[in-house]
Amino acid sequence: MATLNLLIAVSIVYVVFLFCVAFAADRAARQGRGAWLRSPLIYTLSLSIYCTAWTFYGAVGFAARSGLEYLTIYLGPTLVMIGWWWSLRKLVRIGRAQRITSIADMISSRYGKSNLLAVIVTLIAVIGTTPYIALQLQSVSLSFAAFAETERGLVDAGAVQDTALYVALGLVVFTILFGTRNLDANERHHGVVIAIALEAIVKLLALLAVGVFVVWGLSDGIVHTLERIDASQIADWEVSPSRWTGLTLVSAAAFLCLPRMFQVMVVENEDEGHLRTASWAFPVYLMLISLFVVPIAAVGLEVMPTGANPDLFVLKLPLLAGQEGLAILSFLGGFSSATSMVVVAAIALSTMVSNHIVMPIWLRATGGTATISGDVRQVALLARRLSIAGIVLLGYVYFSLSGGGTALAAIGLVAFVGVSQFLPALMGGLFWRGATRTGALAGLCTGFVVWLYCLFLPSFGPGVLLPQSVFDAGPLGLGWLRPYALFGAEGMDSVVHAVMWSLLLNTAAFIIGSILSFPSPMERLQGAQFVNVFEHSRTAGSWSGGMAQSEDLLIMSQRIMGAREAQALFADMARRQGLSGYLPEPSPEFLERLERELSGSVGAATAHAMISQIIGRAAVSVEDLLAVADETAQIMEYSSQLEAKSEEQARTARQLREANKLLTQLSLQKDEFLSQVSHELRTPMTSIRAFSEILRDTSELGPEAQQKYSSIIHDESRRLTRLLDDLLDLSVLESGKVTLNTQSGRLGDMLDRAVAATSGDPGLHIIRETAQEDVWLTTDHDRLAQVFINLIANARKYCDAPEPRLTIQPRMQDGRLVVDFSDNGSGIAMADHGLIFEKFSRIGETKTSGAGLGLAICREIMARLGGTISYLPGQKGATFRVVLPVETRLAAQ
Amino acid sequence: MKPAKSVFLERRSYRRRRMGDAAVLLPLFGTVLLLIPLLWQSAEGGARTTDVMLYIFGVWALLAGLARLVSGYLEVGPAAGTEEGVVEPSHEGPG
Repeated sequence: MATLNLLIAVSIVYVVFLFCVAFAADRAARQGRGAWLRSPLIYTLSLSIYCTAWTFYGAVGFAARSGLEYLTIYLGPTLVMIGWWWSLRKLVRIGRAQRITSIADMISSRYGKSNLLAVIVTLIAVIGTTPYIALQLQSVSLSFAAFAETERGLVDAGAVQDTALYVALGLVVFTILFGTRNLDANERHHGVVIAIALEAIVKLLALLAVGVFVVWGLSDGIVHTLERIDASQIADWEVSPSRWTGLTLVSAAAFLCLPRMFQVMVVENEDEGHLRTASWAFPVYLMLISLFVVPIAAVGLEVMPTGANPDLFVLKLPLLAGQEGLAILSFLGGFSSATSMVVVAAIALSTMVSNHIVMPIWLRATGGTATISGDVRQVALLARRLSIAGIVLLGYVYFSLSGGGTALAAIGLVAFVGVSQFLPALMGGLFWRGATRTGALAGLCTGFVVWLYCLFLPSFGPGVLLPQSVFDAGPLGLGWLRPYALFGAEGMDSVVHAVMWSLLLNTAAFIIGSILSFPSPMERLQGAQFVNVFEHSRTAGSWSGGMAQSEDLLIMSQRIMGAREAQALFADMARRQGLSGYLPEPSPEFLERLERELSGSVGAATAHAMISQIIGRAAVSVEDLLAVADETAQIMEYSSQLEAKSEEQARTARQLREANKLLTQLSLQKDEFLSQVSHELRTPMTSIRAFSEILRDTSELGPEAQQKYSSIIHDESRRLTRLLDDLLDLSVLESGKVTLNTQSGRLGDMLDRAVAATSGDPGLHIIRETAQEDVWLTTDHDRLAQVFINLIANARKYCDAPEPRLTIQPRMQDGRLVVDFSDNGSGIAMADHGLIFEKFSRIGETKTSGAGLGLAICREIMARLGGTISYLPGQKGATFRVVLPVETRLAAQ
Repeated sequence: MKPAKSVFLERRSYRRRRMGDAAVLLPLFGTVLLLIPLLWQSAEGGARTTDVMLYIFGVWALLAGLARLVSGYLEVGPAAGTEEGVVEPSHEGPG
């Protein structure tokens, strides 16, 4: 009885001592003293919460059952620690730069501050950690029971449960007291850290002391101990390679992903440089703590009665040997391992639960604004405290329901595999820009489901949560879905089986989901900040000072940080800006600092959202930026459109200028023509009038003269008629009212007609290629002949060569008939090319009596016939090209 | 930059980078060493637990020693590894 009472007394003293140490450390940190609190050694020791009661008691049990296999649990973290340079350093840097408060915050921040991801991570973490907390409670109560047992025989289960409950309540009090002291953002808990560092020393010393006692007390030194190991049932090195590698992998993954490890390693980290020390010191710690495990196990197996629980060898060997002091130290070691784990896990989980589940719900329920009502600070603290109590008590409930029968190590491994599911999303997000939220969601959910089905649910044993039939034949008789032989992978160890399938499918879903999906702007921004954290360290979106209401900000900050702290902060900022009073200008620096302060309390995303709301920017700035970028792009596009348009306008202007020039020329020509035409009209009219007057007034004209005069009148009126006919013809053609008299005929015949019709003047020599003229055309022969006549007549009129020659050259080109009329004159001046087909145009000084309508009429005719007539520049003389469509029958065969 | 000094600096930063490489390769090296005992099982009779235990603890100590050696050369802090120094060596949380 004395020992038991002593144990209780020592425990209470120890707990009080821990409270005092934590309190002193907190106070020292608050007052700015205590640089030693931030030493790398403390950091390294705080990492030792990896070694829980599972290590302290369970490792020996593990070793007693399967030899050296227990080492894998410590070799994995060792490999991670010595590889700190490329993994942990980045993790810690990001954690500090992004003000990460938990692993859920980390994963959600990486994938665009997605709260859904944070919620899922939180749920997995809670489900994975609850059994683990139960395990700690179980180990404390079992070790307590072990003492009681030696005192007064068997202890009833109720007493064990009571112990667990007291321990749980004590832990809740401690955690709430030191874990939620301040709502500070980056969640550094000096009191807690120093307490767990102290506990780290206690548990190491306790285990070493028991080890030394076993080796030098119960055996005769190292050689003798080695002999006893060789003689024990774990003497043979029989480890399944798949378990060896699988467990090493899963422990390495869990070391990175366990919420409590993340808490001490990243969140509580003061200085990246601490990692440098921890990189070798922590492996040494792990090595020391596992050094005596095999000797203790071997000696325990030999000394203890068969059937004794090997998990308690650490405690029972000293008790058996009557070393009560050592036993109490050993108990304290186990107690320390258990409590430090529960405290940190509860802090980590409560932060996650309150920041990602309770606060978003509360904010939404109160209308989403921080200024409406209620004290956010109180709500957040209350949420965190309730979460702590809830989580620890959940562990207790799990413990009392499960009855605490299972071997410790089994539960630990199940939890390890569960939290390892964070690994692909975490590491992928750290090193792969292409990782997306969809991929992370898919991977996490897949891994979680596989873990639940293959390891967690079956771990309760057949018939508890999964019926026996599912184990034997799979659900609904689907043999390939048996939980221990998924996809026909039979004969594997269940843990390795679950590790393999869950991580494999998790990673596959993560990669495929990431590749197939498209990240949102926020995700891409965060992804770049995470992956390239070493290039640009701290660039959390800055605030451009706006019309923020400093007073509103103060009201909000007071609610979150507490009135005194907020007022001090505001006054300090105001003083720095050279203002008196409590309201600084809402400058970007001020807003940035305020956001940093707030994010420690309520998480980065929430703090950002709250400030945005008050300064009147509800949406996150990335979207704004993108909208701005879009607008810029639109403006650029618009301006390029304008440019194109103005180019087009310049082109049009050029065309207009040309047209204008043409019009001016035309108008000049028309004037010229009008004077010409009036002259043309007046000349015959004058002679007609003169001769008709002579005929009227002169009575004694001879019949010969009469005949002569009247024929002059006749000729002149014919000339008038011809002129008027031409004008009429042109106007008919232009108005499109002309009816074509289409028929088939040979080209040669039409040319013959044209040449015959113009054969008045023998001066022109016409060269024809009759062989080429054997083409049949379906067209208006008279009109076409009119064009030909016109062209021949023009050549006759205008060709200025001494021996005028006209070559008529028909040929087929691209399915059309091309007839070139080229003379050997001097051609038409370049400047006149545009004019010759215009009405009333007559080029150069005219020696002839045309009205300038011929070519204009030709052009209209050709347009009606579906062809063209054009002037072909660059030939020897003037060349006109007539192009006509031809029917398929080409020759007159 | 004075030439004499820059040569010295270059050697130093060169060494630091190679040590960065070593730090990256160290866990790989450790993994290989820790997998070697798996090969001993196939031998006639197999290895003894004590032999493997001594080997693994030896490797453990070796790895810790190497990690200490290597990390001594590595410069932690924002400027490490990159050319341009980045701000903020220690941003305390608000308090």
